[in-house]
Amino acid sequence: MTFQSNKFQETTMKYQYLKSLEADSIHIIREAVAEADNPVMLYSIGKDSGVMLHLALKAFYPMKPPFPLLHVDTTWKFSDMIKFRDETAKKFGLELLTYTNPEGAGNKITPFTHGSARFTDIMKTEGLKQILDKNKYDIVFGGARRDEEKSRAKERVFSFRDSNHRWDPKNQRPEIWNLYNVQKKPGESIRVFPLSNWTELDVWRYIEIENIPVVPLYFAKERPVVERGGQLLMVDDDRFPLEPGEKPMMKIVRFRTLGCYPLTAATESPASTIEEIVAEMESSRMSERSGRLIDFDQSGSMEKKKQEGYF
Amino acid sequence: MDGILKFLTCGSVDDGKSTLIGRLLYETGNVFDDHLETLKLESARIGNADGKIDYSLLLDGLMAEREQGITIDVAYRYFSTTARKFIVADTPGHVQYTRNMATGASNCDAAIILVDARLGVLAQTRRHALICSLMGIKHILFAVNKMDLVNWDRFRFESIRVDCLKISEDLANLNLKPDDFTCVPVSALNGDNLATMSNITPWYNGRTILNWLETIKSVSDNSEKDFRLPIQYVIKPGMSAERWLSESLESIKPEEQKNFRGYSGRVASGTVSTNDNIIILPSGQKSSVKSIYIGDTTAEKAIAGDSISITLKDEIDVSRGDCIAHEDSRPELSDQFKARIVWMDQTPLYPGRMYRFKSSFGYAMAEITHIANLIDMSGYQKLSAEKIDMNDIAEVEIKISKPTPYAPYKENRETGSFILIDRITNATSGCGMIEHSLRRAQNVHWQAIDITRESRARLMGQKPALIWLTGLSGAGKSTIANIVEKELFALNRHTMLLDGDNIRHGLNRDLGFTETDRIENIRRIAEVAKLMSDAGLIVLTSFISPFRAEREFARSIMPDGEFIEVFIDTPIEVCEERDTKGLYKKARNGKIPNFTGINSPYESPESPEITLETTKGSPEELAGLIITYLKDKGII
Repeated sequence: MTFQSNKFQETTMKYQYLKSLEADSIHIIREAVAEADNPVMLYSIGKDSGVMLHLALKAFYPMKPPFPLLHVDTTWKFSDMIKFRDETAKKFGLELLTYTNPEGAGNKITPFTHGSARFTDIMKTEGLKQILDKNKYDIVFGGARRDEEKSRAKERVFSFRDSNHRWDPKNQRPEIWNLYNVQKKPGESIRVFPLSNWTELDVWRYIEIENIPVVPLYFAKERPVVERGGQLLMVDDDRFPLEPGEKPMMKIVRFRTLGCYPLTAATESPASTIEEIVAEMESSRMSERSGRLIDFDQSGSMEKKKQEGYF
Repeated sequence: MDGILKFLTCGSVDDGKSTLIGRLLYETGNVFDDHLETLKLESARIGNADGKIDYSLLLDGLMAEREQGITIDVAYRYFSTTARKFIVADTPGHVQYTRNMATGASNCDAAIILVDARLGVLAQTRRHALICSLMGIKHILFAVNKMDLVNWDRFRFESIRVDCLKISEDLANLNLKPDDFTCVPVSALNGDNLATMSNITPWYNGRTILNWLETIKSVSDNSEKDFRLPIQYVIKPGMSAERWLSESLESIKPEEQKNFRGYSGRVASGTVSTNDNIIILPSGQKSSVKSIYIGDTTAEKAIAGDSISITLKDEIDVSRGDCIAHEDSRPELSDQFKARIVWMDQTPLYPGRMYRFKSSFGYAMAEITHIANLIDMSGYQKLSAEKIDMNDIAEVEIKISKPTPYAPYKENRETGSFILIDRITNATSGCGMIEHSLRRAQNVHWQAIDITRESRARLMGQKPALIWLTGLSGAGKSTIANIVEKELFALNRHTMLLDGDNIRHGLNRDLGFTETDRIENIRRIAEVAKLMSDAGLIVLTSFISPFRAEREFARSIMPDGEFIEVFIDTPIEVCEERDTKGLYKKARNGKIPNFTGINSPYESPESPEITLETTKGSPEELAGLIITYLKDKGII
């Protein structure tokens, strides 16, 4: 068990630029922690969270990162994700907080009954705000990248939130050089995105050379799926309501992005190793979030969600 | 790959910045198929390209931007070609969003400035060229866009090129001449001369934009300069290390873990190796490098750009904001600079007002002591000015509260730059680039004074404090302050009361009542009160002191717990009715300009130590509350 890698040195010639991305991100993480009263790292179990955590382990080595991990659990994550989450926290001896909006307890709120927009609002955005308020976190790390989506491309690395967690995209603080303004008043907070300048391909190349463990769902395997609206959805457990005539079929699929299983489409792909994923990425003609159903609810939907406090 | 090239697109509104980037992404195969499908649908619905594909929609991601067809904030896009990887900042053209343009420019090595071929060089073109150059961008390309709309008129292009050359010459007069300066005729919409040479311009034998981007000689390299490591964070695993991840710590022996001190930061310039002799600034302590960690791996040396932590052979005190340098090439320290600043706040900058200063070497308090001049945007002429408004660029003299290591900005961006933060709103109000020091800090240490403020206070047998009364004219400040001072005197305390009578007629008789003068008035009072408290006195001040910023300044220069803000809370109607000096009447008749509460604002304290409502108690009772507070806090 180790998170250091010699492969980095070997491949630095090929991926020289990853070294500068890594150094930038570590600088950001240290700067945020140095000025935080009560920091927390949002850990959403995906590949980006994995890279962010890896960078945090490096930033404070040989000290344990001085903040807990937080997972806002919608109760609809893939079961493999939850397993991976608990293993990761245990492996690194990190404090892991999980929180679920009590409104959703007992499956009262589901993506099937309430629609993806309402579900995401209650279980993710509201849940996140509740726990941030409860524990009074002032610096919140997130693994979002600017290349994911157009409104993210506009966001600062240190993104200020008012006491209602609102983002004001039309009035962001100027962010000059790497001199981040971390000043805030009680109740206000700052979301910090250390991976802002990473692309999806950068993330996979870094995972490759650093040997970072990721959820097995990223690798191709035969899995039970149904086709719905042109998308392949995985039947992860028996809560998945099958429509008349629908029958799960076994297909070799993998996931390019991971979220709640009813809201995340699989792609047909044979890539079953990191190297194959990187190779697939390098030739891919489709964007990453094309498999994220919540982004298609309406034009500008991510921006609206972010203004409400979504990550 | 040859590192990452960071560049921006800028220029005036509607010159086609977003379209150019969108088209460049498309031409280089960096647009995903599903995005292209969405783009086609959106172009038909909300596009501004006459039914053709509107590539700007790939960039403008905010709803307000898409609705209005403008760019408000900087968007970052990432693409690569076989030659290189790029990060492009697409910045807004409107004057009111200049701060977002500056945000984009601050981290870039190259700039593409767009010029509309129909309109030629505009004031905004020159403004952006100036900001790019101020930010240290040495590679500038002028893309003369929309050439299709002037029928690819070669002479039109040539005349614009001459205007662009003039910009370069004018920048040279400010010592900001670009190294690399070129002009390309393009049509961003149609892709001419972007990625491939267009057949339509046989008369143009220069390069395409993409070729220029791919061949810019690398990116700023600071590794040959003197070694500077600004300390961000001190890593102290303590006992937790043994319990945490013991296997990964095999390189560190258990007994070393307990005392491990990793001084972490990003190397701003130069190279450091193990066993190098180093000096810590500003303390001046010396040691040598025991080990270097890049992430979790030990290394023999590290260079500019690496995020590292180092351990030292001696146990010495190093903290955030300190600078580690080689002993034989230490940086200069100074607390007064000549600097160029870009102002980004709605509230203008006035000389004398205090701001929070942040550089790679941490925080300090800062004051602009003098505005040397504004740089006018179109002619780059230097103009004199009393204040600096939003989007102005100015040359100023700045004084900060502690000596800081520095290098001129043009030598090193990371150790020559700073931002100014408003202490009330926390806004990033301005950014600055150090030109040179105005005075070398004489010593690495502050002059150590043998007689300390503590010893002076001890001799007087009391604790010093500054009791700051603030409130409207006629609120009752002086009445209450007088009673408090008498009571303290009766308790054998050494006191001093500062009020309008003993300050306005002497020390501050050169000051009037304009906003600038009122700021300076309070600044001097705060400094005098601070000196008197250093002498051991309990100081009372009784001034309207209407602005939060100045009261916060007074608080900031006093030790914690020694500044007691007392808000004399009297409604203006009551003050006006009392009108003990007849001033409200005069002000209402327009005979007194800038009268607080009438035609000049009063900013109430947000969290004063004491609030006294004069409508709810006699002056004696209220003075008694101050005495009680002082007793509770152990001051008397």
